[in-house]
Amino acid sequence: MSTIAIAPRLVPASRVTAAARGVASALSDTADVAWRNLLTQLRTPQALVFATVQPVIFVLLFRYAFGGAIHVTGTNYVDFLMPGIFAQTVAFGAVGTAVGLSGDLRTGILVRFRTLPMARIAVLGGRTIADLARNLLVVAVMTGVGFAAGFRSPHGAGGVLAALGLVVAFGYAISWGFASLGLRVSDPEAAQAAAVPVVFLLVFTSAAFVPASAMPGWLQAFGTHQPVDALVTAERALILGGPAAHDVLISLAWSGGMLVVFALLAARTYSRMGR
Amino acid sequence: MGDIAVEARSLRKAFGEVQALNGLSLAVPTGSVLGLLGPNGSGKTTAISILATSLRPDSGTATVGGLDVVTEAALVRRVIGLAGQFAAVDPNLTGRENLRLIGRLSQVGRRQARVRADELLDSFGLDRAADRLVRGYSGGMRRRLDVAAALLHRPAVLFLDEPTTGLDPESRFALWDSVRGLARSGTSVLLTTQYLEEADALADRVAIISAGQVADTGTPAELKARFGTVVFRLDFARQEAAQAAHIALASAGYRPQCDGVGIQVRSAAGSGELTGMLRALDGRAPDPVSVAVREPTLDDVFLSLTSGGEAA
Repeated sequence: MSTIAIAPRLVPASRVTAAARGVASALSDTADVAWRNLLTQLRTPQALVFATVQPVIFVLLFRYAFGGAIHVTGTNYVDFLMPGIFAQTVAFGAVGTAVGLSGDLRTGILVRFRTLPMARIAVLGGRTIADLARNLLVVAVMTGVGFAAGFRSPHGAGGVLAALGLVVAFGYAISWGFASLGLRVSDPEAAQAAAVPVVFLLVFTSAAFVPASAMPGWLQAFGTHQPVDALVTAERALILGGPAAHDVLISLAWSGGMLVVFALLAARTYSRMGR
Repeated sequence: MGDIAVEARSLRKAFGEVQALNGLSLAVPTGSVLGLLGPNGSGKTTAISILATSLRPDSGTATVGGLDVVTEAALVRRVIGLAGQFAAVDPNLTGRENLRLIGRLSQVGRRQARVRADELLDSFGLDRAADRLVRGYSGGMRRRLDVAAALLHRPAVLFLDEPTTGLDPESRFALWDSVRGLARSGTSVLLTTQYLEEADALADRVAIISAGQVADTGTPAELKARFGTVVFRLDFARQEAAQAAHIALASAGYRPQCDGVGIQVRSAAGSGELTGMLRALDGRAPDPVSVAVREPTLDDVFLSLTSGGEAA
């Protein structure tokens, strides 16, 4: 019981060490929760398989079924398509954050976590980091699928890797957006049903699969001013060549801004649970 | 930790239109077991959730080990363990992995988490299933793991929410033994249950909860004594006979309760009162086919309190 007596009366000199210990335990708790989530995903591999099958089908559909009817200037369609596929893959992958948290809410594991003396950020941090790791895996698989379908970058591996870096950063930011949703809906199917239309809207109004110039003006106005479009535009600049700095900065600004806003929102939702 | 391990004062909590807690107050003396007894929807789980810091009360205060569960929640979490119907373990981890994870998150340290996990798996009879995924566990094994998970950091106060609901008798008795062992070792326990037998078997004191309030509290023996020292049960061959007996006993000043062919009468005076009752029946109703005298159970207490019946 000595911890109870001492903890509230820390002398100021020890505040720095206490803060350092707090950060260390927050990191270790986050790592523990992330480990648990990764292990859980590995043991329910169906989810991982379906997360990969959907974008593969999109590659096949757009590359071979619709691709012939879509005309892009200055490049092969498959080179135009793959940046869109990467963005779509991580955007749909982020739905998993909502589904996972929602499942933890339903089973009651969140209640247990909330009554443990653990860092409060660990539940959300551990979930989004595990989802980031899953995104890395799925994006790697999709890169292989893209190459098999004829995707080649005229600017070599550096451009592709930089583009994939943007993709993963975007995926991490949007995961935090779905975290708040997952904490509010204790039914994973409902969480999924709520998240998927948002992703559909963002992906299909962007230039992910077809050039924005093919869309009517009012749709372009929305479609070209949202994060998925910014990401796809920056990816293409990096992969296909041309001046990239401006587009990369815009995409990074979107991802950074979303991360800050969504993380604050999710942390607030988590700390207000039970009121 | 002082004399009182857990104290709740006038807790209120509403979920929309439903007033789950309506001024609930209770106290768990340090080192004792308090049984919170009530039917579904009486507010038991809401009360435990507030005391275990996962829910905030609308009004009222509560302390655990002298620490406020709202303003000092982070410190409260260091001294409590929670297990029960709504705090789960992960079905996709093994029993050992679950305990090690919860141990680390309970801040006992990596090595201690391993040691405690092995100890608890052993003492809850889960050592042979320790490396199997929990999704393959039986209900009883899962509950035992759940209780074990609440004990990793040796909490001074343990909350158990309906720990044996849905368990077969053997698993239930095994869990009872564990709870008794914990209580003997000085852990303060607040346990909710729908089973009077369970409260009677485990609790030093019982608080009967009804509509979000504590309706009565005392030791199991006190509650039974307050209700009456004996219960007479007279069974008749036919319902009309029982009804005639009911009228005869009521007009003689007893307070009989009729259920079909049987009549129950509570008495504070003891079994000697049987003579007077039989005299009251003489000539006014057929003879009963059987007469039984028994001690009151908590069921009797509980039913009389919650159905608005009159407790003696």
